[in-house]
Amino acid sequence: MRLSKLLGLAWLALATMAVAAPAPREARAEVFNPETFTLANGMQVVVVTNRRAPVVVHMVWYRVGAADDPPGKSGIAHFLEHLMFKGTKTVPGGQFSDIVARNGGNENAFTTSDYTVYFQKVARDRLELVMRLEADRMVNLTLTDDDVLPERDVVLEERRSRTENNPAALLSEQVAAVQYLVHHYRVPIIGWREEVEKLTRSDAMSFYRAHYAPDNAVLVVAGDIDAKELRPLAEKYYGVIPARGIAPRQRLKEPAQVAARRVTLKDPRVRQPQWSRGYLAPSLGSGAGARAYALEVLAELFGGSTTSRLYRTLVVDQKIAVSAGAWYDDTSLDTTRFGLYATPSPGVAIDKVEAAMEAELRRLLADGVDAAEVARVKKRMIASAIYARESLFGAARAFGAALTSGETVADVEDWPDRIAAVTADDVIAAARAVLRPEASVTGRLLPGETS
Amino acid sequence: MIRSFARLAVLAVAILFLAVATMARATEVVRVVSPGGIEAWLVEAHEIPVLSVEIAFRGGASRDPKGREGLANMVSGLLDEGAGDYPSQAYQARIEDLAIHLGFDANQDSFSASLKTLSENTAAAFEMLRLALGEPRFDDQPVARIRRQIQAGLARRTEDPDYVARRTWFSTAFPNHPYGRPVEGTPDSVAAITKADLKGFMADQIARDRMVIGVVGDITAERLAVLLDRTFGGLPAVGGDRVVADTTPAGAGRVIVVERDIPQSVVLFGQRGLRRKDADFYAAYVMNRILGGGGFTSRLTAEVREKRGLAYGVYTYLSPYDHAALYLGRVATQNGRVAESLTVIRAEIARLRDHGASAAELADAKTYLTGSFPLRLDSNGKIANLLVGIQLQDLGIDYIDRRNGYIEAVTLDDVNRVAASLLDPDSLLVVVVGKPAGIKATN
Repeated sequence: MRLSKLLGLAWLALATMAVAAPAPREARAEVFNPETFTLANGMQVVVVTNRRAPVVVHMVWYRVGAADDPPGKSGIAHFLEHLMFKGTKTVPGGQFSDIVARNGGNENAFTTSDYTVYFQKVARDRLELVMRLEADRMVNLTLTDDDVLPERDVVLEERRSRTENNPAALLSEQVAAVQYLVHHYRVPIIGWREEVEKLTRSDAMSFYRAHYAPDNAVLVVAGDIDAKELRPLAEKYYGVIPARGIAPRQRLKEPAQVAARRVTLKDPRVRQPQWSRGYLAPSLGSGAGARAYALEVLAELFGGSTTSRLYRTLVVDQKIAVSAGAWYDDTSLDTTRFGLYATPSPGVAIDKVEAAMEAELRRLLADGVDAAEVARVKKRMIASAIYARESLFGAARAFGAALTSGETVADVEDWPDRIAAVTADDVIAAARAVLRPEASVTGRLLPGETS
Repeated sequence: MIRSFARLAVLAVAILFLAVATMARATEVVRVVSPGGIEAWLVEAHEIPVLSVEIAFRGGASRDPKGREGLANMVSGLLDEGAGDYPSQAYQARIEDLAIHLGFDANQDSFSASLKTLSENTAAAFEMLRLALGEPRFDDQPVARIRRQIQAGLARRTEDPDYVARRTWFSTAFPNHPYGRPVEGTPDSVAAITKADLKGFMADQIARDRMVIGVVGDITAERLAVLLDRTFGGLPAVGGDRVVADTTPAGAGRVIVVERDIPQSVVLFGQRGLRRKDADFYAAYVMNRILGGGGFTSRLTAEVREKRGLAYGVYTYLSPYDHAALYLGRVATQNGRVAESLTVIRAEIARLRDHGASAAELADAKTYLTGSFPLRLDSNGKIANLLVGIQLQDLGIDYIDRRNGYIEAVTLDDVNRVAASLLDPDSLLVVVVGKPAGIKATN
């Protein structure tokens, strides 16, 4: 995570991470042009050909994330992600990473609320090697307490680094837990400390057996390869693994929110107050349809740049904030969030910033947006799809995230057209439907003693 | 929740300072010299209608005048806040409407600009860059706003144990040298910066005699040559001659504890390193891969993370500045066990110094370093960055082709000789931010 000069961005990143990593949603029908096929065991495959360099990105996405952690076992999806590097019968003792590195490859893995991802970037002629390794650990993971217990300490250190050493991250965790009464997006991806401390080898193995199988996974390969070349390899390594008949996820449904909630974290470590507000919002995966695209345009127009309404009003004109903006993450299996944030200027009371933010909200909801404003924002957003073509990783990630979050390949490819179709009326209708005070959680980070 | 993010930082350093393997297909570097004599290095790539431009001016924050620390950084925040006939908001709107990505940055040794554009907007994008570098307005309102933002950022950074560790380490290592001063400045120095200072920086630092340019993407050499003169021809030919002295880090052997009420201590440790031009630089680079250079395979990761669960990440990296050479590392461990982490790290450093590496470790390090580099150069921006880095370090236009040869040439004797002469766990300057148990501060 690169710290921006505009501190709001770091705040935004933390806020977003609690739900799901924001996936690049940029694509254009004539741009990525992916090929897709499905193996007999149900494993979906997406191939994005880009022959600029003899390099491929290989990713396996599992349709399981922190929101699928069993009650009392928060953090198990993420902990298992760590343990997947520990070994199998044929590749024991943490050799996975050694082999990839020895072959000049880079690799890692990550977990969000909705999916768990393992990836390698290798020279094209090493693709078969990493496919063999990845397929092996899909079914043959072996764990001992000698692996599991030190790694649990590693995760606890990770939690200290990311969350406990950082008051803004602690607040962000509390805000998510308050935003969702029922749905497991309330659970931090890394897990609650009290529960992570008690996770065991058998918890990890149960979770592995319940969720890791080809019919619950998506293979995405981007780079110097096409479907014709990939298919025999995919059949050879993944196609031979039997399907397990894993049922689609049954998530708890978040009830409608009828009362505004507020969370304040006071911490003597805080030197710079922060303000945020989140609203429950529909996602593409939960059936938002066209509304999702209107919300994307709204977030960009209202608070996505230094010429947006929020930045112009609070930062440039009124000078009461040093950052102000809005975000919306539509790639989410279930009900997601639309967020606002601001950082008060030195010496300015946080209440003043909140009042100015609410005034801008009232103006938006009462007066709407004009067509020229919408057209301007859309043009810039659509151009971003061209830049997206440059990145192998970005292309692979867009498809992986979509297919594990209830979306389709077409949702990625049609994105520019869907954005182009958004009207000013759509934007204001979306704003009125989502930005309801009674469906919000306001978070405030303040200096001082815990109250 | 990525499995490891620590190593991403290490890789960024590696990309900048040590380049490439065989860049099949994509990377033919051409030297373009404009009619007006302005040089840029170009890699043409026409598959996607975009291009990236990276520009660096040697100099950077180490040239900030005393009492005006943070000047280069403040300029980097202001060049896109109004230029030519465009006031701040008009300039930003124009950039957005053209879908241009434009940014500026300052570090101790250079000031840089970064431009990305759709090739259909190339001329307009270069014009916006020309205005930013040549005709910045520094209007009162945006200057005040950026100053507020920097000061809020400084306040926020005092909460960040990594920032505190870094500040403490560098101010201790370089008490009387610009490298000991913060690039971002201090609340007082940022408050003191005037419009005259900002203009003075432009005259002093943004000059053609210290400029290097890398361009990658959908543009031809002929077109670029014309744009180079149009964009940079108006800049001063020669800038100021303020020089920065060569130096070595002080504080060897000290352990400094900065008390903070946080559950996990952040530790920054370091000692003298090797300059980029040192004949042993590549040997040290390979050695570092074995000791703590990123990935899950280093000795430090094995001992600190995998075996003992002491940290989410531990890494070391060579950090060659223009006027000093450092070898730095970082770990973060819960307060109660941070002493154990440091003991293990020191023991591993001593073990490599005293007993050297194995032939297998050397072979693995080499195949990783030679095999992985081209993988990372998969975007115009990354390659343009590399072209600028090679020019700043004066490594030669054919460096990309030669680089893997330097790695291959490193022998086990080289690695072990460098380990024996460079590594010294007792000379580490160690800064611990947190409430560490069992660590004896020497301050």
